[in-house]
Amino acid sequence: MIGAPAIRKEGRAKVLGSTCYTDDMSAEGALHGATVRSQIPRGILKGIHFGEGIPWNEFVIVTAADIPGKNRVASIVHDQPFLVGIGEEITHPEQPVVLLAHGDRQLLVKARKAVRLEVEELPAVLDLQSSLDLTQVIYGTNNLLKEIHIRKGEPDSVWSQAAHVIEGEYRTGAQEQMYLEPNAMLAVTERGDPNAQVTVYGSLQCPYYVHGALKQLFDLPDDQVRVIALEMGGAFGGKEDYPSVIAGHAALLSWKSGKPVKLVYDREEDLVCTTKRHPSRTRIKTAFDTEGKFLALEIDFVLDGGAYATMSPVVLSRGALHSTSVYCCPNVHIHARAAATNTPPSGAFRGFGAPQSLFAMERHMDVCATQMGMDPVELRRKNFLKIGDSTATGQIIQENLDLGGLMDRVLKEIGYHDKQKAFAAHNATDDPIKRGVAFSVFMHGCGFTGSGEATMASVAGVEGLADGSVSVLAASTEMGQGKNTVFSQIVAEALKLPVDMVNTAIVDTKYVPNSGPTVGSRTTMIVGKLLEDAAYGLKQSLIQHGFLKEPYSPEAFKEAVQKAHARLGSIKSYAQFHKQPHIVWDDASYRGDAYPTFSWACYAAEIAVDTVTFEVKVEDFVAAQEVGRVVNPVLAAGQIEGGVAQGIGWGLWEDVVSNQGRMVNNQMTNYIIPTSADLPRIRVIFLENPHPAGPGGAKGIGELPMDGPAPALLNALQNALGPLRLDEVPMTPERLLTRYEEVYGG
Amino acid sequence: MADLALTLNVNGKSHTVRVHPLARLLDILREELKLTGTKEGCGEGECGACSILMNGQVVNSCLIPAAQAQGAEIITVEGLAEGEKLSPLQAAFLTHNAAQCGFCTPGMLIAAQDLLNRCPNPDENQVRDGLSGNLCRCTGYVKILDAVKVAAQEGSSR
Amino acid sequence: MRSYLPDFDLQVPDSLGEALALLTQELGQYRPFAGGTDLMVLLNAGLLPAARFLDLSRCQELRGIQETSTHLSFGALTTFTEVRDCKAVHQHFPNLVKSARLTGALAIQNRGTLGGNIANASPAADTPPSLLAYGTEVELISLRGTRRVAYEAFHQGYKKMDLAPDELLQRIIIPKPLGRTFHFYRKVGTRQAQAISKICLAACARIENGTVAEFRIGLGSVAPVPARARNAEAVILGKPLEALPIEEAQLALLADISPIDDIRSSAHYRRVVSQKVLGQMLRELSQSSF
Repeated sequence: MIGAPAIRKEGRAKVLGSTCYTDDMSAEGALHGATVRSQIPRGILKGIHFGEGIPWNEFVIVTAADIPGKNRVASIVHDQPFLVGIGEEITHPEQPVVLLAHGDRQLLVKARKAVRLEVEELPAVLDLQSSLDLTQVIYGTNNLLKEIHIRKGEPDSVWSQAAHVIEGEYRTGAQEQMYLEPNAMLAVTERGDPNAQVTVYGSLQCPYYVHGALKQLFDLPDDQVRVIALEMGGAFGGKEDYPSVIAGHAALLSWKSGKPVKLVYDREEDLVCTTKRHPSRTRIKTAFDTEGKFLALEIDFVLDGGAYATMSPVVLSRGALHSTSVYCCPNVHIHARAAATNTPPSGAFRGFGAPQSLFAMERHMDVCATQMGMDPVELRRKNFLKIGDSTATGQIIQENLDLGGLMDRVLKEIGYHDKQKAFAAHNATDDPIKRGVAFSVFMHGCGFTGSGEATMASVAGVEGLADGSVSVLAASTEMGQGKNTVFSQIVAEALKLPVDMVNTAIVDTKYVPNSGPTVGSRTTMIVGKLLEDAAYGLKQSLIQHGFLKEPYSPEAFKEAVQKAHARLGSIKSYAQFHKQPHIVWDDASYRGDAYPTFSWACYAAEIAVDTVTFEVKVEDFVAAQEVGRVVNPVLAAGQIEGGVAQGIGWGLWEDVVSNQGRMVNNQMTNYIIPTSADLPRIRVIFLENPHPAGPGGAKGIGELPMDGPAPALLNALQNALGPLRLDEVPMTPERLLTRYEEVYGG
Repeated sequence: MADLALTLNVNGKSHTVRVHPLARLLDILREELKLTGTKEGCGEGECGACSILMNGQVVNSCLIPAAQAQGAEIITVEGLAEGEKLSPLQAAFLTHNAAQCGFCTPGMLIAAQDLLNRCPNPDENQVRDGLSGNLCRCTGYVKILDAVKVAAQEGSSR
Repeated sequence: MRSYLPDFDLQVPDSLGEALALLTQELGQYRPFAGGTDLMVLLNAGLLPAARFLDLSRCQELRGIQETSTHLSFGALTTFTEVRDCKAVHQHFPNLVKSARLTGALAIQNRGTLGGNIANASPAADTPPSLLAYGTEVELISLRGTRRVAYEAFHQGYKKMDLAPDELLQRIIIPKPLGRTFHFYRKVGTRQAQAISKICLAACARIENGTVAEFRIGLGSVAPVPARARNAEAVILGKPLEALPIEEAQLALLADISPIDDIRSSAHYRRVVSQKVLGQMLRELSQSSF
């Protein structure tokens, strides 16, 4: 079954429109919830006033004072309150302060507007530089949410002897995930010692993150909190950490009212208050020898984390670990910092820090090639990592890596060399349309960074059901990426069954073990591998108990499970992640094996830029990647195509416009994601090189496609327009015009 | 403000509901008629997730006030299949993985159906134009374009 | 939905006469409501003060495209789709077809109306530049009678119109261009489809004996109202096609526009790119074969 284009398990319900997303659920007597937010970037909350003309006695009103447990969202750092209490500090303009619930959603709209907050304003830090300059200390002692140093060799000994020393600065903006389904939660609670129960249904990526957050919020033990992940209308990282906040809010309203409460954000609220991709600034200093081989790399990588830590420490880590891209360099110093600002917290978004640092490095490679008069293809070829080389953390490449071959394949596919010649001739004419073609080469680490997987020790399992079919038990959620299908395929392959004999269980913390969050390109590779092991365990157990003999037919397996189930009542097999002895990581020094393995890729873009309007059209896009083994070619291609589309959007159009720390273009009309008329047909190529760490040899693919498009596009713009200051994404027409004028005059 | 007695024919079935004349058709479908296949993605006619066919034309149901839907014939995603049998477009969306998260899918299917009703053999640019009012964040549109083209070919070969 | 609906009212008159009577009886109380593609957005976003609306959708008198030997006359409720689908519009007013095709996407074009596009008075609306380039007149009606106003004089300031509280926009009347004409329309939007314009320029020129005998340029998104580019037009008018003073016209354009920075673009971009689009249009004009 691995390698087959199995049909999406939940696809039929999706095309029928019968899939139940959170807002589609009805609950008897449910109230609707609403959130009153701070509206100022920084200050002290002095009072809450409920205005005239609203029947407040009909409303459920929750403030920080109503919280039964700890008023902190359980996360990497427990720094974010669910609600700001009176006398406490407001740290960004969308901070929740009061929660309201009522049966009439319309009246709620009016009531929310009638709540007035009394605040004492404090000076705010609204941008990265002000935070680093400590214009105000707003977080800890130095405004830093996390700081990392990665060192290899002695870069400082090299600069003076190098043939070329080239410096650059690159920036990336915030990016909105723009899942089509806005955030939504439904909470049902029962009070009363000792049987209190908090249950939340919702659109969320990580059931056990929400589970942990609710336990802490209500001070309840494991078995009195239950989280059920419903079908998600997209997530892309955007439903990784913020759902803990929304689930907490819905549950608090339900707790206080004794009724089910549905809390559904509209698009404007979702855009303005939930997490976005971290804005970044990367400074790179590189030293090359006369041949163009790297001698030293110094990287200063800074992320804007917003007001609380959320995922910033690990986003920063992944960004730092990808900042050298796919090159081998003997002397490296990476200094990475995530700084706090008085803006809504940044969070997870497909790529998780890597797109930011890879944009910088892959742009910088083309800048360096230009400055040294070298071909960007050959400059990269001279410096590619290969088997036996070590990365910045000292991780030795164990795979038979052929990045040159991957690059050549892509360049051939897009017609790179012929087009470069043809475009050079075309661009010398007075046609206002200028054309360019270029590429990026990059990688994405699979699974959690460093010791993350070992620490988390995820568990996943399979269960034989009464009807003889097999059910997958994992907390991994379906957000459209296809985990229902891919998990079923992996288990079916392990058990030599047709895929329709395997299904995934509802993701309910009461029934499925903690297989970890659905993030980090870890679901197929890490959880899939656990499922493969668990499936072998199930088979062995059936054999040992005499229900099954090898070789067997699917029918025989089915009968064996039916018999075992009838005899034993329940038949389950679990597997847990164990640290692999050959993988060594030291979190203190940031030395060792940063990831079990990487997926490798080269993306090429052909663009046309209209020098009348500075609009950029992507004419062709080739995305080639080595991902171990492809579990489902149709679903995998869908992941790449969608990720590339997001990458193109980030590179060219998707701009979060802020004023006083608030997003002001918080509508789909004004935050520009690509339509069907804006994208080319994305051409996807998979190269396979099975890796033992993944099921059937599969590696992760989910985040990879976000990394490559932005630098490839801006490199192509350089090819079309010459060496402009193409140092920032999104490179909107407005920014491109400014940079064009810097070189060619107004 | 007196409510309006709104009569609609939805997927071949007649309904009468009492609603505010400015109530959104989207909310009437989802909340009064419990037809939750039609989705709200933006509430401003931008994403197309709430697309339905009204009197044979594709419209954004979030922008239609009840008063303007009086007596209308409406088709929602729930009205595309014949019983258990998927429509050619639905079948093509399923086999080509055109639905990933599935949230844009109901609106996308409606827009695609409208396109094929008007233009049974669209070329790629016509498909792109016909679907340009329906945003998808998962697919990059490639598989959706494939599915619509396949459904069109199958439709014209019958 | 961020508005509290009980604070709002919508009346649905069965005829134009009934609608005008309501407007007159309760002067200044009603806001006309056509296709709803703008007003419903504002209602959803909670950006409208409590208001009473007058739904015109049953006023059949406001529908339909009529053709005479000299003009095309559009009922105010003509939808963008009807504009797109009308052969006579394709034949005489290609810019208008383009602007209708670029207004939102199909679902919007099926509901949005030409009259609504005018009376909503957004400087970023897509059809007004075309209407300005074609020398359009608008016909206004009230119980007092009808009157015609040159469309270029209709918008008097940001969201201010030459429209009395008892009047409705009844028809949009466009003279068919005579002789040899050149048409140009370019919308520079935030993306290729489903976009709001950052700059929009429409032009129509009549060529006589190799010179520009009549010339109108309509602009969108670069001033508080959809506006004619009179200064740029004046530079070009009467000039021979082979010697159009393009740079001079581009310079003169600066006096026609007053662009601003907003969430969609910058004043600088709007200024420079409207000059460049003007240059592109004039180069096409000079190279057109008449």
